[in-house]
Formats: sequence, structure tokens, C-alpha cells
Amino acid sequence: MIKLGEQTYQIEKDISIITGVSLVGRKEGEGPLAGYFDFIEKDDKMGEKTFEKGERQMFLKAISCAIRKSELKKDEIDLYVGGDLMNQLVSSNYTAEELEIPFLGLYNACATMTESLIIGSTFLESGGAKNVICATGSHFSTAERQYRYPLEFGNQRQSYAQWTVTGVGASVISSERRSKIKIKKFTIGKVTDFGICDIANMGAAMAPAAMETLNAFFKDTNTSQKDYDLIATGDLGKLGSDIFKDLMQEKGYDLETNYIDCGHMIYNIDQNTLQGGSGAGCSAVVLNSYILQKLQSKEFKNVLLISTGALMSTTVNQQGDSIPGIAHLVLLEAD
Amino acid sequence: MNRNARNQNYIAYVEKKSPKAGWFEALFHAFITGAAVCCLGQMFSDIIKAFFPMMDLLTLGGWINIIVIALTIILTGLGLFDRLAKYGGAGTFIPISGFANSIASCAIEYKKEGLVFGIGSKMFFVAGPVLVNGVAYSLVVGIIYFIIGLF
Amino acid sequence: MLDALFMYLKVILVGGTICMIAELIVIRTKITPARILVIFLMIGAILGGFGLYNYVVDWAGAGATIPILGFGNSLANGAIVAAKTDGFFGALSGGLIATSAGIAVSIGLSYLVSFFVSSKTKKD
Repeated sequence: MIKLGEQTYQIEKDISIITGVSLVGRKEGEGPLAGYFDFIEKDDKMGEKTFEKGERQMFLKAISCAIRKSELKKDEIDLYVGGDLMNQLVSSNYTAEELEIPFLGLYNACATMTESLIIGSTFLESGGAKNVICATGSHFSTAERQYRYPLEFGNQRQSYAQWTVTGVGASVISSERRSKIKIKKFTIGKVTDFGICDIANMGAAMAPAAMETLNAFFKDTNTSQKDYDLIATGDLGKLGSDIFKDLMQEKGYDLETNYIDCGHMIYNIDQNTLQGGSGAGCSAVVLNSYILQKLQSKEFKNVLLISTGALMSTTVNQQGDSIPGIAHLVLLEAD
Repeated sequence: MNRNARNQNYIAYVEKKSPKAGWFEALFHAFITGAAVCCLGQMFSDIIKAFFPMMDLLTLGGWINIIVIALTIILTGLGLFDRLAKYGGAGTFIPISGFANSIASCAIEYKKEGLVFGIGSKMFFVAGPVLVNGVAYSLVVGIIYFIIGLF
Repeated sequence: MLDALFMYLKVILVGGTICMIAELIVIRTKITPARILVIFLMIGAILGGFGLYNYVVDWAGAGATIPILGFGNSLANGAIVAAKTDGFFGALSGGLIATSAGIAVSIGLSYLVSFFVSSKTKKD
């Protein structure tokens, strides 16, 4: 692994994403990306008694399917890395217990997908591990009851609020099997806080972190937005991605034609999600459906995925602290 | 540029960039929903008065509150109240219905955590501050009036 | 008949306006609904403490008692009335006694409903 500039690393081994599986809830399944998802679950409790147990089942189903599709045996998977939004990462922990695969739990809020790809490919690069599964997800109802109000509580959402995506994305990455999609470089972001305190306005809290990371990547690699077919941010939402575009403009990069935001594109405007999707599952399901399929078909040759996370804690937020953001970047290329 | 100035600039910029929901519309919705809930209360008040003309005003007010509270809790149980609130906004949470909904929704939501730490301790998760502040203030007022009454 | 109609007009005017002001505060500032609820309750209780809110109740009936302001007024009023009749013990117990029926019904019914219902995911 070579360090480029300040924050970017280049992978020297041949590391492929061999399979990607996406599982979403009903609302995401009614959105514009419905055709790309592997599973659309009508029942977001998955037949279980609580939403938390349902989220666990979603993880289990997506990961089991990803392992099956990769044609690897379970004991050939050396490591499971990933996380979710719940306190103590309960959903991932209980899933890891079922799977009996060595497990590293990660938390970077909604940036966990790229974080787990980074940790996973570092293990592969070291040569110690051969196959790693990376999985993250989130669930609207569990997040709502942990971070906000009870589901039946009648409150109006702020016009700049976002909607937590119900879904799990799982990718198997490998240094011994090959596929067309390679992980080439990654940038580890810095925690960035521009003083946003409003917990409804996550997009604005995360946009500066995304800007810092993408800016660092462009500087470290001496490239610009023109060198990439697609630049995708994780879950800034409509407002957040507009702010992000403005911030990048200030830095001299004009993101227009090849820029998307996963949170903005996962829902239709008429689905009442206001600014769009958010949550750890957001960039995970869009990566494992839309982006991987487009890379597979060579429609995109190289994609920058910047998952963005708002590292929000209701406890310190009530004490008056602002919301820090983080963003990690991964460069995917199709051979 | 130092961090504070940068943050202040950014916050002001975000403020300007954030969409302002059609607030005329929202005010109108709040007005008619709030008025409708109050009219419902007035209607029940008139009905009760017709049957029990001797009832004093305080008891009557109490009964109306109970009826509105009961209706709200039933609507919450049926899963309809949050849809109504999405339309009405302050029109549904400023009347006593908002207080009742916050208690019922917490009870329903947290029953999975059990009778003691679920329903028992989280029922007043949202409504608690209202009661705590209200009761504390009523104590202050009561004691002040008691002291005034002494002289 | 005309009197009754006029009464409903007053209810609509007062009840609607109170809710509209709350909505305006929600939109213009970043105060959360839970805080607005507390603020309005306190306004009602303070007006009640000076005996002013009763005039509004007399004029607008349910338009004044149904909003949370009325709840605050009952708390203050109950304490005042009981302090006059029952002395110091009344001052301590009056507020809760005046509002006890509403609180008890809220708790009891919520308890009951929670046995039959589980929360459902919001559709939008």
C-alpha cells in the first residue's frame, strides 16, 4: 500500500468486489432504483416481534445471500466488518453471532459502508486475509425510536429533514477471486465540524466533511472531477448535496454532470421524504445495486464513492454540542 | 479565517439555503385543525350541558378534556393520529390532544421493553417536561396565594 | 341560536389563533414541539396565576380550555382556589387535583391501548 499525499492510499494488490447484495424495505422498493435491488421486503419486521429483531434478520438475509452468490464456503470468509446505527451495534453483533465469522464492528454513522470497505481491503492488502465480507445497514423504525420520537407520535418533520433508509448492503471483497470491479484507492476523512446543531439538518452537518475528503483526494492524486465517470456522495440529501456542490465550487471544482447523491436518488419526490434518504444503509444499498451493476456493465469506468456520516449523539447534542461529520472515499474501477 | 468565523458564515449560509416550507399553508392548516379540535370540545360541552344543566363549569371543562384525550388515544392506537398531526402540526399538538398523543405513543412504542422500564418509565418521555414544569409552577402559585391569604 | 353560532365563532377564533401562533414559532425558530408545549403550558399557568386566563375561558369556552394553555391555567387555578379553602395543604395539592382526571385518564387509557397495539412504520 502506498500513501499518496496526506490522506489517500493506493492499493497495490488486485482486490475485487466479487459480489454485492442489496436488501431494502417497502418504501425504497417503490423508489426509482427498485429495479436494481436484490430483495424488496414488504414486511419491515421480517416476521419478527420487534423492529430490532427485524433489522437483524435483514442483515442475516443479505449477508447469507452475498456469501452464497460469491460461491465461497462460509469458512473461507476470513473476516466480517461492518456496522449499523443502533447503540452498541446490536444488529451487526447479533448477526455476527449467527454467522460465526470473525467480526470487527465499526461505527462511523452513515459513512460505515466505505469505512468497512477500507478496513476490509487493508486486511486483504496485508495478505493475511483472502476474503472479507463488508455489510452495513439501517432501519427507519429502529433509528426513529432510538434517535427521535415514538413512531405514533404526531410531529411534523422539518422541511430540510431526511428519511432513514431501511436496507442492508453486503459486499464480498477478495484478493484470491477476481471480478471486473476493483478497489484502487481510498481516502480516510477527517472529522469535520462546521457548527451545525440542528439534528434535523444532517445534510448541512455532513457536507463540509464530504468537501474536505473529496478535496483532499483530488489534491493527493492530482486529479479533478473530469477524470471520473461518476462521483457519488452517501446521504447528503438534496439540500446537503446542493451545499456540497457550492462548497466544492469554492475550492474550484465544478460538480455538475457526473455527480449524484445516493440519498437524493433513492426516493421519488412524491414519496414525502423531503430531502431524501439517510442512514448507514443508504450508500450501502445504492453501492451494492446501482453502482456495482453500472460498473459491471462498463457504463461507468471509475466511480468515487464518498459515504458521509453525521456523528450525532442525542446526549451531547442536548448539552449544546454541534454535530461533527465524517466522510470516507473509495475509488472503484472497472477493468 | 478562524474556526468561529468560518462556522458562523457557514451556519448563516445554510440558514439561507434551507428551504422554507410553505409557511402560509402550514399556518392555515394549524389554524383550521386547532379550531376544529376546539369546536369538537365545545360541541361535547354543549351536549353535556343539555343533559346535565346543573354541572359546574370546572367539572364540565374536566369532562371535555377527558373526552378529547380519550378520542386522541383511540386514534393513536389505530395509527391515525400521526397522519392527522402531519397535516395539522401545532393544530394537533397544542390542544390537549398533543399531550395525550405523546403519552399514548410512548406507551405503545416502548411496551417491548417491558412493563417497568418500558411503559412504566418511558410513558412520560415527551409529556414529562410538561407535567414537571406545570406542577412545579402550580406549587409556587399555590404557596404565594397561601402567603397572601395570611395577611 | 344566534348566540350559539357566535359562541362557535369565538371558539374557532381563539383556538385557531393559539395554534397558529404556536405553528409560527415552530416555523420561524428552531424550537422543538416538546419545548413549545412546555412554553405554552407555562404561559397558561402564568396568566392563570394572575387570574387573567379565566376571562378568556369565559369568553371563548372550549377555544380556551382545550389548548394546553387551559391545562396550565387549571394547574394554577386549582392551586389558588385550594389555597384559599384548604390552607397550606391546599396550596400543595390543588394544582394536581384540578388536573388529576385528565392525567389519570391519559395514563390509564394509554396503558390499556398499549396492550392491544404495536407501533407501525410511518408510511410518509
